[in-house]
Amino acid sequence: MLVVNDAPTTLDLEPRVSLLDALREHLHLTGTKKGCNQGACGACTVLVDGRRVLACLTLAMQVEGREVTTIEGVGPHPLQAAFVRRDGLQCGYCTPGQICSAIGMVAEHRHGAASVVTDDVTTTPDLTPEEIRERMSGNLCRCGAYNGIVEAIVDTAPAMAEMAPALTPVPA
Amino acid sequence: MSTLSDRPRNSVVGEAVPHESAALHVTGRALYTDDLVSRTRDVLHAFPVQAPHAHALVTRLDVTPAHAVPGVVRVLTADDVPGVNDAGVKHDEPLFPSEVMFYGHAVCWVLAESLEAARLGASAVVVDYEPLPSLVTVTDAIAVASFQGAQPHLERGDVEAGLDRSTHVFSGDFEFAGQEHFYLETHAALALVDENEQIFVQSRTQHPSETQEIVAHVLGLASHEVTVQCLRMGGGFGGKEMQPHGFAAIAALGATLTGRPVRLRLTRNHDMTMTGKRHGFHATWRVGFDGDGRLQALDATLTADGGWSLDLSEPVLARALCHIDNAYWIPDVRVNGRIARTHKTSQTAFRGFGGPQGMLVIEDVLGRCAPLLGIAAADLRRRNFYSAGQATPYGQPVRHPERVVTAWDQVLTTSDFAARTAEVTAFNLAHEDSKRGLAITPVKFGISFNLTAFNQAGALVHVYKDGSVLINHGGTEMGQGLHTKMLQVAATTLGVPLPTVRLAPTRTDKVPNTSATAASSGADLNGGAVKNACDQIIERLRTVAGGRLGINPADVRFEGGQVHGVGDPSACIPWAELVRQAYFQRVQLWAAGYYRTEGLHWDSSLMQGEPFKYFSYGVAATEVEVDGFTGAYRTRRVDIVHDVGESLSPLVDIGQIEGGFVQGAGWLTLEDLRWDTGDGPTRGRLATQAASTYKLPSFSEMPEVFHVSLLQDAHEDGVVYGSKAVGEPPLMLAFSVREALRQAAAAFGPPGTSVDLASPATPEAVYWALEGARAAGTKAEHRHLVEGSHLVEGGHGIVPAQPGPDAHALHPISERWANGEAADAGAAGAVDDESTGPGEHVGAHR
Ligand code: FES
Ligand code: FES
Repeated sequence: MLVVNDAPTTLDLEPRVSLLDALREHLHLTGTKKGCNQGACGACTVLVDGRRVLACLTLAMQVEGREVTTIEGVGPHPLQAAFVRRDGLQCGYCTPGQICSAIGMVAEHRHGAASVVTDDVTTTPDLTPEEIRERMSGNLCRCGAYNGIVEAIVDTAPAMAEMAPALTPVPA
Repeated sequence: MSTLSDRPRNSVVGEAVPHESAALHVTGRALYTDDLVSRTRDVLHAFPVQAPHAHALVTRLDVTPAHAVPGVVRVLTADDVPGVNDAGVKHDEPLFPSEVMFYGHAVCWVLAESLEAARLGASAVVVDYEPLPSLVTVTDAIAVASFQGAQPHLERGDVEAGLDRSTHVFSGDFEFAGQEHFYLETHAALALVDENEQIFVQSRTQHPSETQEIVAHVLGLASHEVTVQCLRMGGGFGGKEMQPHGFAAIAALGATLTGRPVRLRLTRNHDMTMTGKRHGFHATWRVGFDGDGRLQALDATLTADGGWSLDLSEPVLARALCHIDNAYWIPDVRVNGRIARTHKTSQTAFRGFGGPQGMLVIEDVLGRCAPLLGIAAADLRRRNFYSAGQATPYGQPVRHPERVVTAWDQVLTTSDFAARTAEVTAFNLAHEDSKRGLAITPVKFGISFNLTAFNQAGALVHVYKDGSVLINHGGTEMGQGLHTKMLQVAATTLGVPLPTVRLAPTRTDKVPNTSATAASSGADLNGGAVKNACDQIIERLRTVAGGRLGINPADVRFEGGQVHGVGDPSACIPWAELVRQAYFQRVQLWAAGYYRTEGLHWDSSLMQGEPFKYFSYGVAATEVEVDGFTGAYRTRRVDIVHDVGESLSPLVDIGQIEGGFVQGAGWLTLEDLRWDTGDGPTRGRLATQAASTYKLPSFSEMPEVFHVSLLQDAHEDGVVYGSKAVGEPPLMLAFSVREALRQAAAAFGPPGTSVDLASPATPEAVYWALEGARAAGTKAEHRHLVEGSHLVEGGHGIVPAQPGPDAHALHPISERWANGEAADAGAAGAVDDESTGPGEHVGAHR
């Protein structure tokens, strides 16, 4: 049992099925994309209890009892409109992952997570374009729509921070 | 009828509208080929059996163990092919090979109820191989003269005389790497057999018509029995121009034999190990300059690393030869081209299609020679620009050469180039362990397919009785915004608001015989066809409106969904009302449009003609900072001015320029394809077959400051609404990054140090380059001959190879059919004539 986009869902799967395959092949939620299936591109990013995870590196079993939000469930969200306005996409294949990742990234930031470009890790730095680029660097865009993506996140970061859920500690 | 390039006032073209699928992308509703699987019942999944040898004979293939794996339904082998066992148009790419030609070559495919079962089935198949000697590097192939296809030769003037009159003669060699496309969506196809045995293939292909043709010849069917549809692609970049056909054919064959839909989707490792990439090249050259640094002569031999089959290597090589001049006037030129045959993936189209490789050679030459001539690299480049009245080495007059000067001057101004050059110099004086470089480079890129025949396109435009419009054209969407532009073109020509027009997916049963969406020409060609169809409809509606308004039809205007007389917007008819009236008057409300680019001619045997409609221009200035301990660097600032004519869609165009630049910078600085060149059992294996080992540009490598402007007042006559193509040319703006790195590395040595920089210029490569510069400092008197560097001044130096007496100078194999020559002539020109076989399907490329 898990909750996917607010809907309680029961899945009967063998234990090795990844969350990504569970979403795409079993729940037919094809908005989440498979770019590499090995944790290197970010196309499969979804939110689990408000944190961004790579669905290809997560077993479906691991999210038992938790809340999964995919691109189909995030909206309507101001970041989506900002992506359209700022042209944060070309082929669109990375876009669902970028949007989920950005939402999760802002939530992390709001809860004080530092990044490697943060000078003083005892304070929470502003979400500058440099911080955004660093924190989003796990999401590849082969079309190179990076400028538009950063602009869309900059535009929306304050609103996203307002909306960010309280993050519970990561279960061991 | 207005001419093609005249743009009406208040037109929808030119508006900065979002990508037509943007709303679908941000909500995850946009469908890609593999997303259709969950909407299709009873799908079988395909998985390949890949050979673990670079070159081997298949001595035994036993598929029976696979059938013991639960869920396995069928194993596809060569025996199953009812038509031609071939995945290409040149008959040198067996779909099921009996001779393995590269590590990872698929010898057969397993179909099963689940992907997992197919994978297990594939690992159960028993294959025995007899390994054969293999050639893995381009230099291996050159050493034993393993070449394939045509060996073009481009010559103007007298190179020897040009070198004789030069004050400075240098020679060198240069080997540079290819590039993996890494479109984020891997290859996929979903095939099913429709009613009446009609084959329907959903494929992510840039060339649906050719996918249709290959599927048909593999299945032994006629083209009208096969329909190919491409909804959209998650990136293409040329990698889906030739490569999708075989995969579509496997899926279609499986569907035919089992009666069930078959899905083939490559994993990332499959995709990287099985599909072609950008060609790496080897170049040898001699160049002469006069005392002022003006280019006098260039003698070069370019060898493209073609991989195991010909694929698009011939036209790629031709484009490389046609771009070795970049934006520079070189009076006496001789360039020879060859395609090495190696045991690697079959290298193919990649954004720029050989153009970047040709241009990289001359930019490398200028970057290396500038310090030796004692001329700043920027001045050396500027000094050699084409001027009005000059022509390229292949005889095409260079129109609008002043545009590159305008763009250059604009970048110098907006980037504050002079002041920042001084700052860089000051920084370098003050810092021993880090250095900066600031470089500016131009781009001139020819637009059109080299092969004239491909410069045609079709479109289908329907106006329904309620006034709504549905368009269809032969181009495919891979993120480049072609569909967005086509909607804008239709709305402009019909004079209706953008939402009135909708676009239907690209299908071969709507528009036949299309060319690949490639060569940056998608908008030029399909835009011409869409406009032509809309013009036909407008002409008919004009008569209806003229009658109703009581005016001369020629005076009727269509604007913003209203139809009125010229200069009299008061008496107007709403578009939908006029359409309805036209229907009742039995006026045809749909049209098939057609376009062909006029004024092109090209003789590939002579390498002479005017193959391009026009040139696209651009200029970029880039500043980098390099760390002297590690070679690590960052890009501090990029300024670009690029010529897209009068933009059809500025948001799309700026995105293409930024994205092209980023991808070019990836090719030149980060992306490092490594094959196992050792003699062990994994010889020929691609070692970098995942994003974990193949470094792609990410957010972290983005320039800290990135300014892009479109060149103003750049209307292009004779092209749809005055626009220019944009897909490929911006990639080559990234030469500025490489040249900035070279200059920064040089700053670690004494003034005048010439730096030999490997490509890609990874941090490691930059480190060795700056080490070389430092070494030059310790023996300053020999600065012209840095140890280990392949650059020689004066004398005969490194003399480029000249074609042998039996070198093939006829039309490339890929153009035989187009030229009415026998397709199966044994005189295929390939050194290795296994590469051709009998065939009636020989097609042509670019
Ligand atoms: S598909 Fe999960 S990171 Fe690439
Ligand atoms: S938009 Fe194509 S990969 Fe990002």
